[in-house]
Amino acid sequence: MTAATADGATRRDFLYVASGAMGAVGVAAVAWPFIDQMNPSSAALALSSVEVDISTIVAGQGVTVKWRGQPLFVRHRTPKEIAESRAVDVASLPDPVAENSALPSDAPATDANRTIKPEWYVSSGVCTHLGCTPTISTPTDVQGEYGGWLCHCHGSQYDTAGRIRKGPAPRNLQIPVYSFLSDTRIKVG
Amino acid sequence: MSGPSTYTPNSGFEKWLDQRLPLPRLMHDTVRTYPTPKNLNFWYVFGGILTFCLAVQIVSGIVLAMHYKPDSTLAFSSVEKIMREVNYGWLIRYIHSNGASMFFLAVYIHMFRGLYYGSYKAPRELIWIIGVLIYLLMTATAFFGYVLPWGQMSFWGATVITNFFTAIPVVGGHIATWLWGDFAVGDATLNRFFSLHYLLPFVIAAVVGLHIWALHVPGNNNPLGIDVKSPQDTVPFHPYYTVKDAFYLVLFIIFFAVFVFYAPEFFGNPDNAIEANPLVTPADIVPEWYLLPFYAILRSIPNKLLGVIALGAAILILAFIPWLDTSRVRSCRFRPTMKWLFWFFAADCLILGYCGSQPVDATIAGISLVWIARLGAIYYFGFFFPIMPLVGLFETPKPLPASISQPVLGE
Repeated sequence: MTAATADGATRRDFLYVASGAMGAVGVAAVAWPFIDQMNPSSAALALSSVEVDISTIVAGQGVTVKWRGQPLFVRHRTPKEIAESRAVDVASLPDPVAENSALPSDAPATDANRTIKPEWYVSSGVCTHLGCTPTISTPTDVQGEYGGWLCHCHGSQYDTAGRIRKGPAPRNLQIPVYSFLSDTRIKVG
Repeated sequence: MSGPSTYTPNSGFEKWLDQRLPLPRLMHDTVRTYPTPKNLNFWYVFGGILTFCLAVQIVSGIVLAMHYKPDSTLAFSSVEKIMREVNYGWLIRYIHSNGASMFFLAVYIHMFRGLYYGSYKAPRELIWIIGVLIYLLMTATAFFGYVLPWGQMSFWGATVITNFFTAIPVVGGHIATWLWGDFAVGDATLNRFFSLHYLLPFVIAAVVGLHIWALHVPGNNNPLGIDVKSPQDTVPFHPYYTVKDAFYLVLFIIFFAVFVFYAPEFFGNPDNAIEANPLVTPADIVPEWYLLPFYAILRSIPNKLLGVIALGAAILILAFIPWLDTSRVRSCRFRPTMKWLFWFFAADCLILGYCGSQPVDATIAGISLVWIARLGAIYYFGFFFPIMPLVGLFETPKPLPASISQPVLGE
């Protein structure tokens, strides 16, 4: 029996395309679990938070704590560092947006948008170039030209507000959502 | 060169087998009678040496996997246990870690030999491209393997390399997370890298099979770069080249053993004797020596995406050499200009390697190494394009001998 239509297509053509399409869907359905198994599990996805006691950090110093498996910078800035950071022209920055998870994605990278309290700077400690942890610059141990951080891996330099100023890194250090529980305690995440 | 088979089964069993699974015929044709140009020199022994290296890495690696634990809390101590407690564990691990360096040393000589004698030119383009694929698989395998001891260099090397993917616009971050199985390099990453490190050597072995298969169709190139014209130009592979390869293999094993027994940490990095710490990046993070030229190219470009593209292009451009080289003459022996440019290129790779080994702000005689690396990177790419196509068009090659036998016999 032939059931050819006007344009010459037969029942067999239809079955051929339909079974081929069904086969492709089947392959994709099986492939996806094998791809997705590599993504973070729900245990890794579960947002964890960390509380940091900042009472022991003196002005000019910073600490690195672990948050979600990665370094997090907390820095007590000096009045001089704050003043210098506030004087920077945002338009001259390589990355002019705040990169602050608590703010809209187009917020400008002003010092005020990079901190909650001017003397406390909190951000991810992951260099936006290739993921190294930059070294902090302190008044007694100067690293780089901008007084913030220098990444020794490939030479990216950040200022005291974690903004990229020089080197291959494309973005400012990411600022997570965090809050002050008290004057001496912050909660990140 | 793969002409009609000359295999004749002798015993009844050989006849029986030949009609069912002609494995003896395959071996006879590929390692016994395979007609090989009779002028192959020292630089042609590295193919055999590389096969040996792959076998050494697979055997020593399977043994190490019996004692190693791919878990971020156990990996570092299990490697210490291999070094201190497992019987001969130190020997097997040093064979494996130095074996990787020997493997790359041999593969670089093998690649430069192919480049010098034009072994990538028609009809051998696919042999070369399959070779580039093997090299890519080797770098991936070496990278995964270097992560496994879970030292500081393991961890931060893995962090930097996997962060290459974050340079890709829009999807880059998702790709990196997918590779990590977490938001950073961690336990999930280590576990999957171990799985892949175990898998890829067998993939390499299969692709090496294709490499040799593709080689045996046109047959070997040779230092003169001219085609085999008559049976007088060739000798059977066995015993002529089996013996020659075996002799140089023994010398290579002696060289290898000197490192294993007298300088086992020569290629190592002291930072990798410190367990991985996600909060502290070592002051100077350097890859293994065999990746330093590419690392220098990456660092010489002050833009993340472009740097990563240049790094990838530096390897991928090798696959296009068969078509970038426009010369009709294969061997640099008869290419007076290309010969010099080749040696400049070899020196350039060494200079780039040196730049990659130094800290990011290093200088030499007051000149920043980043600028030397920039010049080096320009010549690296310039050598392939436009130098290769242009020199091929404008260079006047020296006259080629009439046959492989002619310069030997002085006819």
